[in-house]
Amino acid sequence: MSSTTAAAAHDDHHHGPEKGLLRWVKTTNHKDIGTLYLWFSFAMLLVGGAFAMGIRSELLQPGLQLFEPQFYNQLTTMHGLIMVFGAIMPAFVGLANWLIPMMVGAPDMALPRMNNWSFWILPFAGTILLSTFFMEGGAPAFGWTFYAPLSTTFAPDSTDFFIFAIHLLGFSSIMGAINIIATVLNMKAPEMRLMDMPLFVWTWLITSFLLIGAMPVLAGAVTMMLTDRNFGTAFFDAAGGGDPVMFQHIFWFFGHPEVYIMILPAFGIISHIIPTFARKPLFGYSSMVYATASIAFLSYIVWAHHMFLTGMPVAGELYFMYATMLIAVPTGVKVFNWVATMWKGSMTFETPMLWALSFVFLFTIGGFSGLMLGIAPADIQYHDTYFVVAHFHYVLVTGALWGIIAAVFYWLPKWTGKMYNERLAKIHFWLAMISVNVTFFPQHFIGLAGMPRRIPDYALQFADFNLISSIGSFAFGLSFILFTYILVDCIRNGKPAEARPWRSAKGLEWTLAAPVAYHTFDEPPTRAEILAESQHS
Amino acid sequence: MERKKIKKSFWIKLVSVPVLMFFFAYAMVPIYDVLCDITGFNGKTGTVETEQEYLVDEERLVSVSFFAATSSGFPVQFSPKVSSMEVVPGKFYNTSYIAKNTTDEVIIGQAIPSVAPTDAALHFKKLECFCFVKQEFQPGEEVEMALRFVVEPEMEEWIKDVSLSYNFYKLDS
Repeated sequence: MSSTTAAAAHDDHHHGPEKGLLRWVKTTNHKDIGTLYLWFSFAMLLVGGAFAMGIRSELLQPGLQLFEPQFYNQLTTMHGLIMVFGAIMPAFVGLANWLIPMMVGAPDMALPRMNNWSFWILPFAGTILLSTFFMEGGAPAFGWTFYAPLSTTFAPDSTDFFIFAIHLLGFSSIMGAINIIATVLNMKAPEMRLMDMPLFVWTWLITSFLLIGAMPVLAGAVTMMLTDRNFGTAFFDAAGGGDPVMFQHIFWFFGHPEVYIMILPAFGIISHIIPTFARKPLFGYSSMVYATASIAFLSYIVWAHHMFLTGMPVAGELYFMYATMLIAVPTGVKVFNWVATMWKGSMTFETPMLWALSFVFLFTIGGFSGLMLGIAPADIQYHDTYFVVAHFHYVLVTGALWGIIAAVFYWLPKWTGKMYNERLAKIHFWLAMISVNVTFFPQHFIGLAGMPRRIPDYALQFADFNLISSIGSFAFGLSFILFTYILVDCIRNGKPAEARPWRSAKGLEWTLAAPVAYHTFDEPPTRAEILAESQHS
Repeated sequence: MERKKIKKSFWIKLVSVPVLMFFFAYAMVPIYDVLCDITGFNGKTGTVETEQEYLVDEERLVSVSFFAATSSGFPVQFSPKVSSMEVVPGKFYNTSYIAKNTTDEVIIGQAIPSVAPTDAALHFKKLECFCFVKQEFQPGEEVEMALRFVVEPEMEEWIKDVSLSYNFYKLDS
């Protein structure tokens, strides 16, 4: 983006970015790498979105219209994989790269060269994953959860490419997480204490611990798949003494922390935006930190609530059900704190605030449907229906993605030094807000009525709600064209933004000029500066 | 205040977490097996060495259903001799499965048992079973394979029906 221009004016012992395209290949600058991550994830969001459009086109009417069932399953699988590993996770790492060094007063990330490597693995992994579409037997079609034996005994040869892509994506995430932990713990301004850190930094620090704990388990699971498929082991093959259900245990031991990896940084973002536009300090700063840590801890011990139908002993079902219910407590603390921050605040509704408010509202709906799914006896009815699809799209689209979009609008003036078109951005918000609900809310009803997920055709009684859902999804898809226009328009033609475009915004990043210089915080901020920009009262 | 340098021990600790967690994924395999032995998690059944004496309550009856399945590429017809039995917990019973090799090749396979509900798996014990060893089927041969089992009286009262299913897998040698 345009952080280039300001660097020339910066003091002389520093160089600005290199000229030409090689700058982006060789860069070790956290701002450049953040930009790369964000554009990459945006491209992947559009690719995954195109798959979603394909899925909803097929489901517009009952019967098979456009695709063979096998290709339909490839679309749902790749939609999930691309959105989780290609769009949401890299977008949060991109935000972390851009923001964490500025928020803690560090000159850059702790391991700048590794940072470059973490990013540049991604385009290759993404290309390998997408190239499976053009291979014999097609892309993986076993769902993003790749349960054995679907992914071992019955999968196409392209699955080995999928495994390699997952290995690469895992490497990238683990290196990113190590970098973030090292940066936060060692590079923060010497005068900044842990409980002075802004919540985006706190939530990302905790997320990083989830990443280094969970991603290697995923790497282990796909490595076992690889040896089962090609080297004669039988981890998941009952004929050789293995157990396919064990695959699900290992997968969800990764998978449940993974869903918090995708939401905790969004919690941090919302905790920045709501105080700014409510013009009050964040309510309950320390309880936010403890709640985030509790959620992270609990996420490791509830995984089998995804597996209530695998035939667990009743005691196991009870344990996983109660442990799951327990997560509602710290999450409730967070939602309470956001609402309490707004209580008697002088609220205004600029675009980032609109996204943040709808995050609180819609994410909570997703949280409640999650509680319903966590009830073991009720899950027998809900399991693998569209109710699950509605649930995880409410937490991932109107949760994780909403948090990312809110962050983009909130910090875009800082990154680019330019203001986006507020009128268009509001139109975009309402278009997305209405269409996303038209898309996903009816899926609760068809799910409760029994429509299974991952099926290209359905019984006639589901036709009306599917039609509504598909129309909503097309409008939601269109909203991203408007989003792209708003971003490009801001970068190219935006009016110059002030260093602190939101009057009540607090945080060290707002003390920097806009557009922000290529190198910042060569000198760490002082204790007085840190306290003046602190999030809590 | 000066910025501090990052110590080597910090990097070692930090990098060892993902390395250990990778091996933890593999450690979950034996942990899972042990947990299954203790809890009956995956429906695997237990065995008894000798015909031990149980306290028998003649009034209590449990229905045991037998199922058979073969994995794809295993060309043996395989079915239980009787589809269900009423049993008294604590008493030993005999039944059998019948397998017929319809091809003109020698086929080797092994049956893997599974009991549902999983809460019953721990208390479903076998004294004798064809699933203990691999089976060899001569071309066109029909064999009756014996099973001697007991449902322990310790099994929870609420379980009235137990099902036992075998899946036959082909072995290469």
